[in-house]
Amino acid sequence: MEIVVNGDKVHCEEKITLEKLVAELGYQKDRIAVEVNVDIIVKSEYASCVLGPADTLEIVTFVGGG
Amino acid sequence: MSESLKDEDKLTIGGKEFTSRFILGSGKYSLDLIKAAVENAGAQMITLALRRANQGGMANILDYIPEGVTLLPNTSGARNADEAVRIARLSKEVGCGDFVKIEIMRDSKYLLPDNSETIKATEILAKEGFIVMPYMYPDLNVARDLKEAGAASIMPLAAPIGSNKGLCTKEFIQILIDEVDLPIIVDAGIGAPSQACEAMEMGAAAVMANTAIATAGDVPAMAEAMRLAIEAGRKAYLAGLGRVMEKGGSASSPLTGFLRD
Repeated sequence: MEIVVNGDKVHCEEKITLEKLVAELGYQKDRIAVEVNVDIIVKSEYASCVLGPADTLEIVTFVGGG
Repeated sequence: MSESLKDEDKLTIGGKEFTSRFILGSGKYSLDLIKAAVENAGAQMITLALRRANQGGMANILDYIPEGVTLLPNTSGARNADEAVRIARLSKEVGCGDFVKIEIMRDSKYLLPDNSETIKATEILAKEGFIVMPYMYPDLNVARDLKEAGAASIMPLAAPIGSNKGLCTKEFIQILIDEVDLPIIVDAGIGAPSQACEAMEMGAAAVMANTAIATAGDVPAMAEAMRLAIEAGRKAYLAGLGRVMEKGGSASSPLTGFLRD
């Protein structure tokens, strides 16, 4: 299926969990925060969060800033 | 000042005590310089921004910040209160504490903060338990509203962000220092140690600087210069500056015992 991550289309397996997607995309879980369809998913729920077609994710992290 | 007095001069924000009065920005310079800049600045608080993460485990700024430094995520990129609240909640979810610097801008030329949206965001986030440090245009009524909304400090701008122009709003920052019972932290526009020192002499609780250091010839050396200036200004403020005469002069040497014919 296809989902949207940070504005880009990403192909992934059906019913993938957020936990697995984050690992597959190479993110460090303790360095990010994730929104699925504008709702924040807390880290303890990544494993139980099953993604569906056309879900829109924002995966964010800290960068330098003033 | 004795060492014991120096030890007691602490800055408290949201119940947390700091001995440093220099809040360091981390933008616009390389990750490799961050550790040296933080150490030379003696900074105990550093600002960060939240952005979309790149895939594939690239170097993360959090790996370069020394342990024990309080992280102050900003809400840069927010154009209204709702966007600032969204960014603040995401920042908290990354898992680096409850501090947030509210920064809301509608104008990309001068980067001036939207004071009314800032009040709205402050109220929402303070109620959610954030330690809210709003960046604002120095206006006494707004500062009072921010305090009422639950702000932990007030961060008035000295000049437009990144301009290095110094204390353009000096008189209005002084009003906030004199009238608002919260730490007043001068943020944005401080371009040189002399300007940071002057802000501290005025009674500012702390100074935040980023571009002054990031655009300096030697980043770690400028971080140290800024720290020394902030410490000097604080010491001068605590000492109480000597008076300024309106007219004339006043001899420093005795007016008796001159050698005369």
